[in-house]
Amino acid sequence: MYAIRLVNKINLKPTEAVRLRLVDVAPRCISTTIPCGANKGDKLNKPAPKSQSFVMNMFRGQVQASQVFPYPKVLNEEQVDTLQMLVDPTTKFFEEVNNPLKNDQLEKVEEASLAGLWELGAFGLQVPQDLGGLGLNNTQYARLVEIVGANDLGVGITLGAHQSIGFKGILLFGTPEQKAKYLPRVSAEKQFAAFCLTEPSSGSDAGSIKSRAVLSPDGKHYILNGSKIWISNGGLAEIMTVFAQTPVKDEKTGEVKDKVTAFIVERSFGGVTNGPPEKKMGIKCSNTTEVYYEDVKIPIENVLGGVGNGFKVAMNILNNGRFGMAAAMSGTMRSVTRKAVDFATNRLQFGNKIDSYGAIQEKIARMSTLQYVTESIAYMISGNMDSGSQDYHLEAAISKVFASECAWYVTDEAIQIMGGMGFMRDTGLERVMRDLRIFRIFEGTNDILRLFVALTGIQFAGAHLKELQRAFKNPTANLGLLLGEIRKRAIASVGLDSGPDMTQYVHPELKGCAESASKCVADFGRAIESALIKYNRKIVEEQFVLNRIANSSIDLYTMVVVLSRCTQSLNNKSSTANHEKLMTELWCNEASARIEKNLKALTSSVELGNFTKMSAISKNVCQNGALVQQNPLGF
Amino acid sequence: MARVLVGVKRVIDYAVKIRVKPDKSGVVTEGVKHSMNPFDEIAVEEAVKMKEKKLATEVVAVSCGPSQAQETLRTALAMGADRAIHVEVPAGDYETLQPIHISKILAKIAQDEKVDIVILGKQAIDDDSNQTAQMTAGVLDWPQATFASKVEKKDSELHVTREIDGGLENIKVKLPAVLSADLRLNEPRYATLPNIMKAKKKPLKKVTPKDLGVDISPRIQVISVEDPPVRQAGSIVPDVDTLVSKLKEKGHC
Ligand SMILES: Cc1cc2nc3c(=O)[nH]c(=O)nc-3n(C[C@H](O)[C@H](O)[C@H](O)COP(=O)(O)OP(=O)(O)OC[C@H]3O[C@@H](n4cnc5c(N)ncnc54)[C@H](O)[C@@H]3O)c2cc1C
Ligand SMILES: Cc1cc2nc3c(=O)[nH]c(=O)nc-3n(C[C@H](O)[C@H](O)[C@H](O)COP(=O)(O)OP(=O)(O)OC[C@H]3O[C@@H](n4cnc5c(N)ncnc54)[C@H](O)[C@@H]3O)c2cc1C
Repeated sequence: MYAIRLVNKINLKPTEAVRLRLVDVAPRCISTTIPCGANKGDKLNKPAPKSQSFVMNMFRGQVQASQVFPYPKVLNEEQVDTLQMLVDPTTKFFEEVNNPLKNDQLEKVEEASLAGLWELGAFGLQVPQDLGGLGLNNTQYARLVEIVGANDLGVGITLGAHQSIGFKGILLFGTPEQKAKYLPRVSAEKQFAAFCLTEPSSGSDAGSIKSRAVLSPDGKHYILNGSKIWISNGGLAEIMTVFAQTPVKDEKTGEVKDKVTAFIVERSFGGVTNGPPEKKMGIKCSNTTEVYYEDVKIPIENVLGGVGNGFKVAMNILNNGRFGMAAAMSGTMRSVTRKAVDFATNRLQFGNKIDSYGAIQEKIARMSTLQYVTESIAYMISGNMDSGSQDYHLEAAISKVFASECAWYVTDEAIQIMGGMGFMRDTGLERVMRDLRIFRIFEGTNDILRLFVALTGIQFAGAHLKELQRAFKNPTANLGLLLGEIRKRAIASVGLDSGPDMTQYVHPELKGCAESASKCVADFGRAIESALIKYNRKIVEEQFVLNRIANSSIDLYTMVVVLSRCTQSLNNKSSTANHEKLMTELWCNEASARIEKNLKALTSSVELGNFTKMSAISKNVCQNGALVQQNPLGF
Repeated sequence: MARVLVGVKRVIDYAVKIRVKPDKSGVVTEGVKHSMNPFDEIAVEEAVKMKEKKLATEVVAVSCGPSQAQETLRTALAMGADRAIHVEVPAGDYETLQPIHISKILAKIAQDEKVDIVILGKQAIDDDSNQTAQMTAGVLDWPQATFASKVEKKDSELHVTREIDGGLENIKVKLPAVLSADLRLNEPRYATLPNIMKAKKKPLKKVTPKDLGVDISPRIQVISVEDPPVRQAGSIVPDVDTLVSKLKEKGHC
């Protein structure tokens, strides 16, 4: 009975159904991320969208296994062979030629090193071979980027701003002519590229940029004016992907509105200048500048991805590159952990090597596990992308958030293990710590990406709820759908719901973990549905709630990813399988406990009360313009 | 203008800690990182430089061994060799393959390919034989310039500086000749990633010792391979006098 009542409850409130639809409108606040286009223009009778994404479907309490099980294996023998040949010289270059401390001190990449990187081919990893690059797929790219991340994150950004975002738009959206013209220049011809989106008044809210390009009277050029801020490679780039508003006429209404368009801009067009390199906390050797455009004449054939599509182009570029950050951070964690372990196994204090102490062991275990999880995500996503997946945006966002936070934590702990030695410059960890900080900020702040994951997932679940509502209007025609749903809810209502079974996908030794992941999926789906019913479209404004939903989704996705990777290792009887199993179990146990806690918070009156309290505290402080409390002495 | 043949051997990477197999039949090679013998890298670099200076027309790299030898050949191709010859020797036979066999193989290829200069590493860092270049010259009856630290081509001669005990020796050899590369001959280049990709398209020919008419039946038998003796722990002496007397005791001074 309960089950039917619940569905009826949704169905009986048509106003809510309408409001739910408003969730579909991708809110401005998540505009550094791609809007879930699938739901655009939702008509009441359109079937709910389908997605191969595990994360997306998990918001409905369902398991979509195709992109998570089995763990992707996308490289054929020849690709593995090629990659193996590339790994050695790349590693050797970073060990023998590039000097990260020197680059940090000089606040630029040493000339010889930069020239060496071009020579090495590191700037054109994914440019097709016939256009001057190496033609690597995402998985091969990830493996090489891992080496960069292990050695020099500043160089990583110099490379990444160039190829992961700088000219990626040309690779993804360029016409054959644009590719033929520009890709050889940014690879074989050694011209730097940059991605120019951010402006002084427009960071996370990328849709609000003010730079503007208008068609010249003869219709042959766009004339660009505006300025960009914090552009990586801004002082070096000859080729730039620039985003600007352009007047676009609505075909239906005839109304002219500004819409973002992407352009390929060459410095040589004239009118392009840049400011001095910014002084920064980290990634100091990476060049960051303001870039100014004054009456820059851009030929119309340099529009990238179509007039008015710039926002989509920008978001796709960013989404497409995020797994690379996870790969780089995996490398970083690998190298900082090696340093800490080397110290811990040799450092004698209180009569013992410090690695014999539980406090240190817990640190090393966590560091190792976080690296394992991050690396597993990176290659799962690159594998999905290489198999042609289009539904990887939530996963990619999670990978960026998770990787940047884990790398920060792991490096912090590495420093802690090394005590005073960790704080010393020559140890090389303090630089990594400074370098890492930016990764939680750029390419979509982690806060915004959390909102993106939560809202996109909720929107997807909402669309399916609506489908259910519609089914109730014509029960006989939709009997199958309804009966299935009623059964599911009946089971859930008596507390027997163990969730969609995932044990079938994992190695028998991981059965327990898979069961808890299954249960988490079911709990998560129910929590999303309750939140939808409770908040409706207002969920968009409930960031305390959204944050906890996002954190649960990250925990849940990562559980499944390691279950998949560890299953592969156990099946292959890999020599490290048992070690991986330990980490997988640890991760799953702790992550499922966190999920339970986070989901409980959504309905707990104490926690909800805390949200109200926090909101009030913050308002007080902001109103006061500083902390409200005085010191206990009263002055 | 000359055609140059370089020999490249796949060896356990210099940075790997070598482990002896429990049955003492050899060292553990499975799952162990291998690379091109460092002296062979120097040999390849010298050959490629000759080509760049237009002193050579073509650089041919050759490697003997099981199929993995092709990885090493690919590295040579990525460094600038024009083509490669893989002399296929099954893993079992490879264990007893000695400089005498290799030199006969190289000599035959040198003749078949009509090469003018053979450059080899002075020794391989795995078995440290330091014989192959000398024997190859012997089989071919060509002049040899071993341990080269500088090579200059003048007309149809090579002027070679050799590192010998106590100094440098300058010699002239007429072509055709066999050279072996010493450590200071040059600094080998990195194989760049684009060149590695290009190398995949360069020709790689496979032959067997039998095709070349070389008998590779073993001339030696490995009785046992053992770890070097473990170093005994030292002891700390209180002062210099004790040190001196201890050294005297052991006959060191
Ligand atoms: C070293 C460096 C290199 C960079 N390289 C490039 C580059 O190559 N190309 C480029 O285009 N840009 C680049 N950027 C810019 C970078 O992408 C932006 O800094 C980033 O998008 C954040 O924007 P912002 O700094 O304006 O912060 P804001 O958008 O002002 O955000 C400030 C804070 O508010 C939070 N916030 C914002 N909106 C919301 C909301 N709706 N709800 C909750 N919280 C919110 C954010 O999470 C953040 O914590 C770079 C920046 C740096 C520092
Ligand atoms: C900038 C700076 C200024 C300083 N100034 C001074 C100063 O003015 N005067 C001075 O005397 N010293 C000074 N120090 C030294 C500082 O106090 C030591 O670095 C600190 O006491 C830690 O010792 P350590 O670095 O040798 O680390 P270690 O003692 O080697 O510790 C390494 C790690 O092992 C852990 N550990 C050690 N023992 C155990 C155990 N039994 N169980 C579990 N975990 C354990 C530690 O918590 C740490 O994480 C300074 C250090 C720095 C970096």
